[in-house]
Amino acid sequence: MRKIAMYGKGGIGKSTTCQNLVAGLTEMGKKVMVVGCDPKGDSTRLLLGGLNQHTVLDTLREEGEDVDLEDIRKTGFGGTLCTESGGPEPGVGCAGRGIITSINLLEQLGAFGEDENLDYVFYDVLGDVVCGGFAMPMREGKAKEIYIVVSGEMMAMYAANNICKGILKFAETGGIRLAGLICNSRQVDNEVEMIEAFADKLGSHMIHFVPRDNMVQKAEINRKTVIEFEPKHPQADEYRTLAKKVSENDKFVIPAPMEMDDLEKLLIEYGIAG
Amino acid sequence: MLLRHTPKEIVERKSLTVNPAKTCQPIGAMYASLGIHGCLPHSHGSQGCYAYHRSTLTRHYKEPVMAATSSFTEGASVFGGQANLLQAMDNIFTIYNPDVIAVHTTCLSETIGDDVPQIFGKAKTDGKIPEGKYVFHASTPSYVGTHVTGFANMTKAMVDYFAKQNGHKENRINIIPGWVEPSDMKEIKRITGELGIDFIMFPDTDNVLNSPQTGKFEMYPKGGVTIDELISTGSSSGTVALGGLASGPAAKALDSKCKVPCKILDLPIGIKATDRFVDTLRKMAGVNVPESINIERGQLVDIVTDMQAYFYHKKVALVGDPDQLVALTEFLVSIDMMPIHILTGTKDKKFEKKILSLTEEMPHDVNVKSGGDMYLFHQWVKNEPVDLLIGNSYVKYIARDEDIPFIRYGFPILDRIGHSYFPMVCYRGAMRFLEKILDALMNRIDRDSSEIEFDLVM
Repeated sequence: MRKIAMYGKGGIGKSTTCQNLVAGLTEMGKKVMVVGCDPKGDSTRLLLGGLNQHTVLDTLREEGEDVDLEDIRKTGFGGTLCTESGGPEPGVGCAGRGIITSINLLEQLGAFGEDENLDYVFYDVLGDVVCGGFAMPMREGKAKEIYIVVSGEMMAMYAANNICKGILKFAETGGIRLAGLICNSRQVDNEVEMIEAFADKLGSHMIHFVPRDNMVQKAEINRKTVIEFEPKHPQADEYRTLAKKVSENDKFVIPAPMEMDDLEKLLIEYGIAG
Repeated sequence: MLLRHTPKEIVERKSLTVNPAKTCQPIGAMYASLGIHGCLPHSHGSQGCYAYHRSTLTRHYKEPVMAATSSFTEGASVFGGQANLLQAMDNIFTIYNPDVIAVHTTCLSETIGDDVPQIFGKAKTDGKIPEGKYVFHASTPSYVGTHVTGFANMTKAMVDYFAKQNGHKENRINIIPGWVEPSDMKEIKRITGELGIDFIMFPDTDNVLNSPQTGKFEMYPKGGVTIDELISTGSSSGTVALGGLASGPAAKALDSKCKVPCKILDLPIGIKATDRFVDTLRKMAGVNVPESINIERGQLVDIVTDMQAYFYHKKVALVGDPDQLVALTEFLVSIDMMPIHILTGTKDKKFEKKILSLTEEMPHDVNVKSGGDMYLFHQWVKNEPVDLLIGNSYVKYIARDEDIPFIRYGFPILDRIGHSYFPMVCYRGAMRFLEKILDALMNRIDRDSSEIEFDLVM
């Protein structure tokens, strides 16, 4: 079983990319579980065709500690198993702790057990690694591979670099590795070259360049992945290619995060000056 | 009437606990850690947690309980506790030189998401853990479970971190005693020794929290299981775990990690439970029960028969921890007493069912609750008075208000001694239990009898 976590700047398209990638993997016959680690609980919306109403933490709060796996796990597109951690409404409580509690509970309930015969587990994590809770999927025995979703925009790259600092901290003692950058294009000038150069500096690689296409938004408003909504569309093939590359990926590294000055230089070289 | 605010009428409460019948996880973790020889418990959190746990254990055992803390400040809460824990390990090994540091987490470090194994990794890389010294940890957020959970988690951590298979099975048994007093652990060891069985007990607080006054302060008293012994638990031929809630998780972990088969039994409180314990040991080790143990059992049975009239249909109310209460209920029912109010603050799915099945034949209704509080317990007692109360020191308020005889049993006992030195488990412990019950009931008879009824011979 491969355990994968997706990180990246807020709004970069992690959940969308993750679910489309997962759809591609299920087409390849893989059994996949997606664990949404976002208090908004919208990491599995496209796979389920709507929001999962029973998040782990809501169920825990309403029904006490006596929770069954079937209460919190729904089956989505292509037989994917979907759970949402859920969490507090904006501005209250502690979302980070929610993720810790939720992942612990899923483990206790045997969601990742051998008898589930999973090929992949995806943790789709909210935004930046802002606190210990959001690093939960990086801990020993949790995710082994991290993919960072990034674009050619400065703040996305800045966030990706920060996430690498988090990975570095856990990689020193655990088995977690950076598996690659997924460029979710924002149609920035020289985007491919810039992200490739950025990945190179981090010691990793850009595993795939996902072009920008309005079909993604169209599928999204219809609560579907592109692969489900328009299987023949070229964008669907992009996600299939991403899925194939992820399944064949063997480049797992301990990243070397960049200094701020070097990152800015890179941006100037490829971006503004390019 | 210190609890005069407690009304007789019971109103259903969903979210309010009054006078809890439980305390938090780290105190159990700290107690379990002290059962390792040369171990300094370390509380990864702010100072208040550890000060409270140390002082309660010190008051219960009347021994200086040593522990350390990561001493979180506002800064540590924001930036994570790694720097504090690294510094602490450095200081502890340099100044206090324990063999092992047992780290348990707290609400704060759990909530901010400190990953203790990752910090240990960093400490190893930085050379903060000297050669031949150990660190290990249990995750013990107080908002999950109770002190019993903390004890169970720390005991399981001993298995997770240390137990190893050496390739063949030794003719030796592991005994996980559960949350009992040092004197109880000593008694369990004595019985196992009488059977001629080679064993490792963990945790083992005998000679740690009941150590003698020698005039010289020992930071690390003689007792406790050693790390080498903990490592070799993985190659024992079997495990006997006493108390499913406190010892079950460690026993199961040993089974799945090192393939050491386990038997999880009730705490050996009373005749039947001790019979099962002795019988399990006998079968597991392939030994005979010596005459000396049969004599102890016979003496116990003799007391029960002699004093039957005083036990018969006396109503008892019990409050404490699930493992203790299950065994104690069975014991009381077996001597024809009637435990009619039984309450624990710890949530345990099977508890209520077990108690109801144990009291099925008893000619009286039973109030039982897991996850209740002492307020409800008191209300039950008001509604249906009993002849005897059994519980920890906090029950003294109820005993005084309701003028009911009271035996101190459980954790914590802050106002009497004895529990550290005289066991309440196995046959001899059961004899002591009966002595205490009879003392309480018969003192009351003497106090309340008229001059005509006042009897020399009872």
